Amino acid sequence: MSEKTYLQAISDGLREEMRRDKRVFVLGEDVGVYGGAFKVTLGFQEEFGPWRVLDMPLSETAIMGGATGAAMMGLRPVAEMQFADFVSCAWDHLVTVAAKQRWRAGTPVPIVLRLPSGGGFSGGPFHSQNPESSFAHIPGLKCVCPATPEDAKGLITAAIEDPNPVLFFEHKHLYRRIKGEVPDERYVTPIGKARIHAEGEDVTVITWGAMVYTAEEAAKAVDASVEIVDLRTIMPWDKQAVLDSARKTSKVLVLHEDTRTGGFGGEIAATIAEEAFEDLDAPVRRLAAPDCPVPFSPVLEKAYIPQVDDVVRALKELIEY
Amino acid sequence: MATGTAVEVVMPQMGVSVSEGTITKWSKQVGDQVEADETLLEISTDKVDTEVPSPASGVVSEILVQEGQTVEVGTVLARIGGEAGAAAPAAEPAPAPAPEPATQEAADESEAAAAEVAEPPAQPAEPVVPSENGKSFVSPVVARIASEHGIDPSQVPGTGAGGRVTKKDIQAFIEAGPPASMKASENVAAAAPPAAPQPTLASTPSQEPQAPGEGETLEPMSAMRRGIADHMRRSLDTSAHVTSAIEVDMSKVVAIRAKLKKEYESAYGVNPTYLAFIARATVETLRDYPWVNGELRGDQIVTKNFVNLGFAVELADGKGLIVPVVRNAETLNLLGMAKAIVDIAKRARDKQLTPDDVSGGSFTITNPGGYGTFHGTPVISQPQAGILGTYAIVKRPWVITDENGADAIAIRSIMNLTLTYDHRLVDGALAGRFLRDLRQRLQTWGESDY
Repeated sequence: MSEKTYLQAISDGLREEMRRDKRVFVLGEDVGVYGGAFKVTLGFQEEFGPWRVLDMPLSETAIMGGATGAAMMGLRPVAEMQFADFVSCAWDHLVTVAAKQRWRAGTPVPIVLRLPSGGGFSGGPFHSQNPESSFAHIPGLKCVCPATPEDAKGLITAAIEDPNPVLFFEHKHLYRRIKGEVPDERYVTPIGKARIHAEGEDVTVITWGAMVYTAEEAAKAVDASVEIVDLRTIMPWDKQAVLDSARKTSKVLVLHEDTRTGGFGGEIAATIAEEAFEDLDAPVRRLAAPDCPVPFSPVLEKAYIPQVDDVVRALKELIEY
Repeated sequence: MATGTAVEVVMPQMGVSVSEGTITKWSKQVGDQVEADETLLEISTDKVDTEVPSPASGVVSEILVQEGQTVEVGTVLARIGGEAGAAAPAAEPAPAPAPEPATQEAADESEAAAAEVAEPPAQPAEPVVPSENGKSFVSPVVARIASEHGIDPSQVPGTGAGGRVTKKDIQAFIEAGPPASMKASENVAAAAPPAAPQPTLASTPSQEPQAPGEGETLEPMSAMRRGIADHMRRSLDTSAHVTSAIEVDMSKVVAIRAKLKKEYESAYGVNPTYLAFIARATVETLRDYPWVNGELRGDQIVTKNFVNLGFAVELADGKGLIVPVVRNAETLNLLGMAKAIVDIAKRARDKQLTPDDVSGGSFTITNPGGYGTFHGTPVISQPQAGILGTYAIVKRPWVITDENGADAIAIRSIMNLTLTYDHRLVDGALAGRFLRDLRQRLQTWGESDY
């Protein structure tokens, strides 16, 4: 065990897999010489050489197309979008080819697509989004959204091992801000298993990514026992853990940084309503970003991304209901 | 820790036509641990008796229908796991006399005379007190807990928004126990929980329940007994039963069976019973007598190019009879027939028959000869046209004619066969010819035949 940043944990996990398995290689914009926009792959090209750490042209289409072809030919590419926002350029290869190939032809497509996502630093509309629900909606893709350094390492390992395309949403705001104990040895955190971040009795918050910490702060500010469920992966997602917690507390807040309409929280709320209706003591509440692009202005961005105060207010309403 | 939701065990649909079943035995009691697929209870329906496996692993938290009661398909019989079991003790009102089971209570409702048996509740359920402002909305979980514990939520002090009763409020209310004024109405609630299944009486509802006379004991009819009773009566009311009998010299069959027995048992693990020989010969003979294998449907005569052969099987407890069917018996040779008979008989006794196993027969064989009887007049299984009875094989002095035409008395293994037929369709001469041909087949059985 040693204390590491979220970023270091991802880097370590990735490096370990590259050492173990020669089929694993990295491709993306500036991932080689420069070590990646956020320095996740710093030192990789020196260690693994330019053929396993490929600096790609400024074309997400080429990155995704190349990764898909390489995966179909038996390699295990780990592609990086410099920002998750740019994945829209890679949509066709990802959604039309990579997601469907296994169902269409039986060919495994073991791609990991690293997607630095999330806001909170005035990145504006093109560098702050959380597009996970768009891809959770595409059958054939898996979506992973770790919140802790330990999970970041365990899930990047699981994602590389997985025979399907896995989108690895790594929250930029957590990169260097969040530190935690990370086991030194190799381990795999299963995709599809939630983690109870905090146990509680009175009200549940279902969330993932950076919002886990927002919920944690908010829980300290209310006079009630709050259970925080960190979903860890949203496709597949741990329905059972969510339902168990909903049945226990009977009051649920679903919290995410993505926009509200069509956000993955709607799926969770609907599932709770369908399967745990008779255990509810209040309507399931959603707290999410409003349905508009992420603003540049720090003031507006604060108003946009759910803040601790917003969560406190929502929790209080549920507690008092 | 989170408690799982209770899994409901319902009366299964044992075939399209079956609408109700009777609980014959609970293999587990409240508080017992049960594994998924482990036998939880046994039920009896018009068609089959069977075991019901548990749909989930967990502790049996509630049993809602008692042994002997008959309920409709889909009725909740029990719950596995969940909170109900844990909370149940709190729900029971103090030591008040145990109320009659809800189903019995309901059954007695129409029987005013019987009402005095049970202590009448102190007062009828009170009309619901009009809710106070803000208390009218009952959340799903509060509604569920209230219904499980027979509580009127409007009696619970609410601390939620606008005085709403929260989950915590009702849980605290249950923990604290009901106030004195609530006890009476809670008794009523306990005696008729809303979740209680709608019972149907095991016996015909029109019959007055009667007290046993001196030296008599009463026991309720099982669903199977009732099914047999109804069917037998209906068959006699439907068909014109006539029985013809014939004596068959089984010596050849006895000799061949003795020879085959070893081979069949060592090679196939199956005993070639006399019944298998007779069944095989019967199927062959039915080929030439389609009406005996037929039925009357309205004013149409139905004949079939297949023989679905029913076998009457006595159940181990001697309290029932079931007629599993070997489908397409015309496709089976002697070995196949022997195996099929062993299979259905075993499954009948192990209660493993499915409704399809006991329906669709075109002809039936009943074999009461095991007890030494030499004659009988069985009742036809509707809508078939005939039933063959086989009886004990006994050694008898028998007049035979040798190849020179001289008569002699020999010791032969003789068996009586009866054909009971529906004279509406099958005339005596036809039945006689059928029996003659069947006898011929059995008496001339060659080793390589069948």
